[in-house]
Amino acid sequence: MKDLLQVQDLAVEFHTLGGVIKAVKGVSFRIKPGGTVAIVGESGSGKSVMAQAIMGILPRTARITAGKILFNNAGPGNSQEGILDLASLNTHSKCFSEIRGGQISMIFQEPMTSLSPLHTIGDQIGETLKLHCAKPDGQNRTAQKAMNRQITVDMLRLVGFPNPDEAFDTYPFELSGGLRQRAMIAMALVCGPSLLIADEPTTALDVTVQAQILKLIKDMQVKLGMAVLIITHDLGVVANVADEVVVVYRGRVMESGMLDDIFNDPQHPYLRALLNAVPHLGMEDDVRLKPIREINVNTENLLSLSTSTSAASGPEQSAPMLEIKNLTKTFSIRKSRQLFSKQPAETVTALDDVSLSIKRGSCLGLVGESGCGKTTLSKIVMRACDADQGQVLFNDGNIPINLMDLDARQMEPLRCKIQYVFQDPFSSLNPRMTIFDTISEPLVIHGIGDHDSRCRTVLELMELVGLDSQLLSRYPHSFSGGQRQRIVIARALALNPDLLICDEPVSALDVSIQAQILNLLKDLQSELGLTYLFISHNLAVVDYIADTIAVMCAGRMVELAPCHALFSNPLHPYTKSLISAVPVPDPGRMLDFSALVAGKNSDPAAWAYPFSDDAGNGTIRKPGMVDVGGGHYVRAHEQPAQTEKVGSSHG
Amino acid sequence: MIYYIGNRLFTMAGTLLVISVLVFFIIQLPPGDYLTTYIAELQSQGETVAQEKIDFLRQQYGLDRSMVEQYFIWVTGLLHGDLGYSFEYNLPVKDVIGDRLLLSMILNFSTILFIYAVSFPIGIYSATHQYSWGDHGLSFLGFLGLATPNFLLALILLYFANLTFGTSFGGLMDPDFIGQDWSVDKALSVLEHLWIPVVVIGTSGTAGMIRRLRANLLDELHKQYVTTGRAKGLPEMQLLLKYPLRMALNPFIADIGNLIPQVVSGSVIVSVVMSLPTTGPMLLSSLQSQDMYLAGSFLMFLACLTVVGMFVSDILLGVLDPRIRHGARGQK
Repeated sequence: MKDLLQVQDLAVEFHTLGGVIKAVKGVSFRIKPGGTVAIVGESGSGKSVMAQAIMGILPRTARITAGKILFNNAGPGNSQEGILDLASLNTHSKCFSEIRGGQISMIFQEPMTSLSPLHTIGDQIGETLKLHCAKPDGQNRTAQKAMNRQITVDMLRLVGFPNPDEAFDTYPFELSGGLRQRAMIAMALVCGPSLLIADEPTTALDVTVQAQILKLIKDMQVKLGMAVLIITHDLGVVANVADEVVVVYRGRVMESGMLDDIFNDPQHPYLRALLNAVPHLGMEDDVRLKPIREINVNTENLLSLSTSTSAASGPEQSAPMLEIKNLTKTFSIRKSRQLFSKQPAETVTALDDVSLSIKRGSCLGLVGESGCGKTTLSKIVMRACDADQGQVLFNDGNIPINLMDLDARQMEPLRCKIQYVFQDPFSSLNPRMTIFDTISEPLVIHGIGDHDSRCRTVLELMELVGLDSQLLSRYPHSFSGGQRQRIVIARALALNPDLLICDEPVSALDVSIQAQILNLLKDLQSELGLTYLFISHNLAVVDYIADTIAVMCAGRMVELAPCHALFSNPLHPYTKSLISAVPVPDPGRMLDFSALVAGKNSDPAAWAYPFSDDAGNGTIRKPGMVDVGGGHYVRAHEQPAQTEKVGSSHG
Repeated sequence: MIYYIGNRLFTMAGTLLVISVLVFFIIQLPPGDYLTTYIAELQSQGETVAQEKIDFLRQQYGLDRSMVEQYFIWVTGLLHGDLGYSFEYNLPVKDVIGDRLLLSMILNFSTILFIYAVSFPIGIYSATHQYSWGDHGLSFLGFLGLATPNFLLALILLYFANLTFGTSFGGLMDPDFIGQDWSVDKALSVLEHLWIPVVVIGTSGTAGMIRRLRANLLDELHKQYVTTGRAKGLPEMQLLLKYPLRMALNPFIADIGNLIPQVVSGSVIVSVVMSLPTTGPMLLSSLQSQDMYLAGSFLMFLACLTVVGMFVSDILLGVLDPRIRHGARGQK
């Protein structure tokens, strides 16, 4: 057998109280030594179960019912060399324990929860070493320990820890998400496995970090000569790392083949649907995403809802609906819990002099890495927290009102006008309230209508978001993520708002569902004349839905431009690195990994003139927003020289 | 860390001061004092008491002074290690409770050890073999233990122990040793008698502990880091002990603060039923008769133990859990 791993007709069943669920139904694929295979599919397609079956870490309720997993066990010092069938091997046997972690290792999606918070990084990495690579001969324990530490520190350096010696003794929660994932990779690779299984390794990370981690995996693969099995739903990631692709749907392989064949000549309708459902940079304006399962949106009965939009189409149409001026917010961190400490608390600037405006009926996309202040900004607009300085002017048709000046009671009527859609549809619905109660609650709070009219409104809203009104008496747990997000949208629309703040509304959803929700939001906007503040870390999603994009970094607004201008001519170094880090689902447009790692543009201190805080002649002055024409603004001291079009390959 | 401990010690002193005020005044709250109770008791037995004698006693005990003065006398006494004088026993409080305190501590510490020793293996087994026959059976036993009243179990055990071993197991030692100095024989006798109250008092605690450990551990067992450990190739037992069990321990360490006062005051009813010479029944009677120095000393002692227990558990939590040690940065 010249393949490293062959999966033949694998079938896995789960025995649950609800009956037998067939998660994997006869899947076959192979991995060559040193090659990269990607398994692509939606959630629930059984791709993670396959990985667990290979690792022998299936949940207790799962059982391999058929098929073989042949692994070419060639590692040195193993008790059993040669070809092994992992499917029939006892998962608790010594032989399997040696393979697991030694020959085949795995990294997971969520780097925070994958590491134990109670043990240091060094301890957890060294443990793998102790289990698989310990040499019992001769050496005393201290020498052994020192050697293990040395190997671990070397490994940490290899995966890109800036100061590995210190990192050895840190706890996972002291590290950023990217470093945690690096630590996970170090742990997986410290024994030099011949196969690395990466289960959604970058899904929880920011794009720039994602690109770095993908590069790291590729580099390590070359250095250690191992094979990689990457499991993901992101076709952009697949296009950038894989040699071969296996597309799975409901536990079956839909299509498999070499990377170029899969992307250039997709055969199976499911694969084609999947490719069409994902927004990517540089889509034409009028191209609409095609969700794998289309939902029907009924906007015919909207007369009762859209009254205010007709009223709004008055002379103030051109005036911005929301204007944010010089908003500043700092958080203070109380460091020590001393009773009589006088030392000033450490402060973190979440928003540094941010200004922007949103036109009525348009959609402003707010983009940036996690922690850049996007959510803080939206919370201040909602008055869920207060700003230190600045104004939020809201114009609901007459004169602009500064929301910062209002007290809670004065704010109340305006709350009907601004509504919020949250990221996580699972935790933003009360599990003890029926859908009817959930959607009608805003009406009850604001005392709008009587019971009958509320019923009518709720029915209309359900139709509007494409849900069956029969479901109204159910509770949130009986809905899927996408359906819940539609319920959240219906609730937000119940008060007939003018402005909808969407905080990462699709990032917790699967690709196919994502397209549904994005289309729904687009349709609602055009039908109801809504104004959106759309927050996301996903540039492609923002590109699809927004008219104007604002890019934030470390609390600063760095660039503000119409979609096309931003992607075709990004000026700020941060925007450039952000755009260049987005993986495109096209093998012809690979990420330029070497450029990525060179620039650390998410740190404001690294920005060169004219973007730096240094105003050129040594004086420290914050740069303002420079107008470069066509509604394109960039944070700089002077108009930056037009560089060659970095984003042209995306545009 | 040193600052933290210093801060905590400082707040502890303040807390204790407040508690001492509360304890003293709450004991004094019911109308009358020890003497009125005492006189009422004498009168109900048909005896008359001369007014002069009452006044004399009142002055003797300092009951004629104002409440604030009495409080300060009591607190300064406490600080000097003088716990005051028990009216009921006509002895210094220290002599009254000394031996009993030691015995209750022995009894209750062994109970706690018993609880931990029995419930940890069972809890771990139950969690790792969820919904197996073993789990169901042990859970059933646990519920039985929770539901059985302690004193009933005590009577049943006493009866059967008497039938089987032929000796009376009431009390904590053979009657011959009561009031004698400690010796090897006395200690052996205590050990011989100890097991019944330990089992009786420990049963419900064990049952509760098994349920909690099982629930905590079940929460942890499905966390991602356990899968990571398994993917490393860790053997199951090693994995269990190093990762999820350590995470599941936190609530139990946080519980130490509550456990320590229980060690002294708990199990009143069982002590009465089995005539154990522990502190529980004595606290009860001293409160009934408004024997304020005795009751006050008990309550202050309990308060001290609670505060110290909390302190110990906080420090232990800090030592065991880096997220707590490193403060707010861990709350991510």
